[in-house]
Amino acid sequence: MTAIPLGVPRRLVEFTLDGQDARVLEGSTLLDACRTAGKDVPTLCEGDTLTPKNACRVCVVEVEGARTLAPACSRRAEPGMVVRTDTERARHSRKVVLELLASSVDLSTTPAVAGWIKEYEAKPDRFGPDAARVDEEPRIDNDLYVRDYGKCILCYKCVDACGEQWQNTFAISVSGRGFDARISVEQDAPLTDSACVYCGNCIEVCPTGALSFRSEFDMRAAGTWDQARQTETTTVCAYCGVGCNLTLHVQDNEIVKVSSPHDNPVTHGNLCIKGRFGYQHVQNRD
Amino acid sequence: MRKRQPKTYTRLTHPLVRDSRDAPFRRATWDEALDRTARGLAAARGAFGMFSCARATNEMNYVAQKFARVVMGTHNVDSCNRTCHAPSVAGLSAAFGSGGGTSSYEEVEHTDVIVMWGSNARFAHPIFFQHVLRGIRSGARMYAVDPRRTATAEWAESWLGPNVGTDIPMAHAIGREIIHAGLVNEAFVGRATTGYEEYRALVEPWTLSLAEKVTGVPAAAVRDLAHAYARAERAQLCWTLGITEHHNGTDNVRALINLSLLTGHVGRYGSGLQPLRGQNNVQGGGDMGAIPNRLPGFQDVLDPGVRLKFETAWDTVVQPHHGLTLTEMFEAMDDGSLRAVYCIGENPAQSEADGEQAVRRLRALDFLVVQDIFLTKTAELADVVLPATAGWAETEGTTTNSERRVQRVRRAVPPPGEAREDVDILCDLAARLGHDWKYADAEAVWNELRSLSPDHHGMTYARLEEHQGIQWPCPSTEELEPTYLHGRLWQADPARRGPRAPFGIVRHDPPVDLTDEEYPIRLTTGRRLDSYNTGVQSGSYSSPLRRGESVELCPEDAERYGVVVGEEVRVTSRRGSVVAPVWVDTALRPGLAFMSFHFPDEVDTNQLTIEANCPIAGTAEFKASAIRIEKVSTGGPALR
Repeated sequence: MTAIPLGVPRRLVEFTLDGQDARVLEGSTLLDACRTAGKDVPTLCEGDTLTPKNACRVCVVEVEGARTLAPACSRRAEPGMVVRTDTERARHSRKVVLELLASSVDLSTTPAVAGWIKEYEAKPDRFGPDAARVDEEPRIDNDLYVRDYGKCILCYKCVDACGEQWQNTFAISVSGRGFDARISVEQDAPLTDSACVYCGNCIEVCPTGALSFRSEFDMRAAGTWDQARQTETTTVCAYCGVGCNLTLHVQDNEIVKVSSPHDNPVTHGNLCIKGRFGYQHVQNRD
Repeated sequence: MRKRQPKTYTRLTHPLVRDSRDAPFRRATWDEALDRTARGLAAARGAFGMFSCARATNEMNYVAQKFARVVMGTHNVDSCNRTCHAPSVAGLSAAFGSGGGTSSYEEVEHTDVIVMWGSNARFAHPIFFQHVLRGIRSGARMYAVDPRRTATAEWAESWLGPNVGTDIPMAHAIGREIIHAGLVNEAFVGRATTGYEEYRALVEPWTLSLAEKVTGVPAAAVRDLAHAYARAERAQLCWTLGITEHHNGTDNVRALINLSLLTGHVGRYGSGLQPLRGQNNVQGGGDMGAIPNRLPGFQDVLDPGVRLKFETAWDTVVQPHHGLTLTEMFEAMDDGSLRAVYCIGENPAQSEADGEQAVRRLRALDFLVVQDIFLTKTAELADVVLPATAGWAETEGTTTNSERRVQRVRRAVPPPGEAREDVDILCDLAARLGHDWKYADAEAVWNELRSLSPDHHGMTYARLEEHQGIQWPCPSTEELEPTYLHGRLWQADPARRGPRAPFGIVRHDPPVDLTDEEYPIRLTTGRRLDSYNTGVQSGSYSSPLRRGESVELCPEDAERYGVVVGEEVRVTSRRGSVVAPVWVDTALRPGLAFMSFHFPDEVDTNQLTIEANCPIAGTAEFKASAIRIEKVSTGGPALR
């Protein structure tokens, strides 16, 4: 009889975090430790269902004895480490990252970023009106979701979610190199000619709202999107027997968006086209 | 040029009645509609059938079957699980005494060999397939067995494309190869199974070369699959409707189960059998007793102890025999022994095989009440239409998924107009027929079920919330059971091992609808990624992938018939004929065509399918019809 794999027993790792003793399970990241200790370390490219990409560098912390700052999202805690999250150097680095990102892309729909800009006294406009910006027109080429790369910080989360980490469809990739690098579909073709299966698992992980439901995009354009008035209710999808959990975002009795809990054992935050977008029939009320 | 816009349905917001069969519907109050329904049903006592709903909650299914059994005094209650996975339930319960899949999704990620048989999970169960992909990325080898080289097969180590309806020869050849290669798990077979000798004799003629002749799959590929499956430390055998939607669906399921018995790939973590269910609560509907042979908790109607328990709890007499299946109910409409039907959330007028016959039979009823969220084609035939809530978004309750996980569904939006919850409507009708049931809410229904079903006893709403769903069996309110079933088969102590699992002695029986010179093409049916069943739900959102219904042919056949993509052709079977545009798909091969049934208002595919039913489970042979393709001569190819 085969045993159930329990994994190697995990020890506790003890280290020093901002002068306090910290104990976390072996394998935990510094970010996990910070969150356990209730510290607010900003993150953008980090995703709870994805392997850290270390792309945005906004979560950097200082590790004593290390030459460079360490991204908290991927650096694992080690015994005896001395970590400081709030040093001048770390704060300055975060500030510059926020300034560079906010001066080049539209972060207006990025949750929590306005607070960080204030906290770190970042001044995105200090580069002047001629600062290089991505400034792309939103790509509206289907009725389900919109790609507004003017908001894209190139965090690669959508590439990973569409690729080998979850969906394995590989519709999303990077085109161009260096400053011209952009998230796009293969060969920068129209989305409707790509391998895209419209599962929306890229929207689920997008940290800035560059990828959004068409319904959200249209409501924002019309000025009617109001998150404060929305409720979120988790239920079960009705489209097949797999039993995916859906979180229905409802505003004024209309479903306006669908997500899935990232810690759900069935979905891990992923859905298919029907679960993500196939809700309209319940509200064909005329 | 025909515009192929799928029909969109708008929600029903108030009850509808008609004064005679020829009269149009008119709006009615709930009181009038329910009074009429109560009269219609009371007049047909003894000739009544309930079509319960595999998309509604467990709570609704529990109350619906209770309505049939207590108010109407009949076991004639069934649902559309009959048209999909009833053979899986029948096959699994014949072997193991329990009708659920034996493994969990998570186990697919920790297994060594995955066999996807008659299942295009990549399209039909995309999130289950993500678990498969994680398994493949962790080193599992996947084998796809499907007449079509599907999107699922793209991820396979090896694709085996048998001729439609030759699954038993394939399974038997695999079994024989395992036996002859000395790869039988003799300890398991000896301790936990019965009928091995008979099975060995049964499969002995199915040599690899005979299998190659019958299935069209190279002998080496069959041998490779047999060895991979038998040698694996852990293996998962998953199937979908490619196995069950045949006139001998239960036999197909038994043939697959035999392989797991032969190799001991059942009852262990990572080793098991997974039928992938097609609807959100097709597992739960059966678990709740909305089937004619089982009471809630999948407890046998024929067991006097079980009946006594329910008779006491419900203060009624529970009939000591099985009721009619959905299929038998349709047949009983012909001889007049079934005269009234209460149809909840089903659309048999479009989902049954041989759709024209189904409509004719429904029209012949004395009384038909349909409870739905839309005015479906079935509802259009009704005497009374009752507007219900959408189970998954407007109702509190639970559903049970393919891995037996009971999960909470919650009300996120209010129902439109006067639409009411199924449970409320059923209770209101029960009261009019003399049974005063009081349920404060869905949880009260669930707690009544928990008190009667040992498998669900431990699942309080609070625990379901805490654990994000719990898999049955869950007899204890304190503990959780393993994620897999039938670990008992591995117990050393015979008493704890329980009843042995019998090998299924099943024989090859080719599809009923034979291909010949007049009907040379084998038509098989299935789902596409972005659409669902008869399209009533999925037709309302705008999918960039959707291109409407078409008859899909392989490039060779398209050339042979001189047809091109988009050209409309006449597709004719022995039962009916439809016009559909051509699509060319390299996943097919000469002599094999594919259609879905997602757009019945454009192309009614089920005019073509055959109502040749599995005698055990009642499922029709949707997967195998014989057709011919003819050019539509008028006007040449249509432009699209």
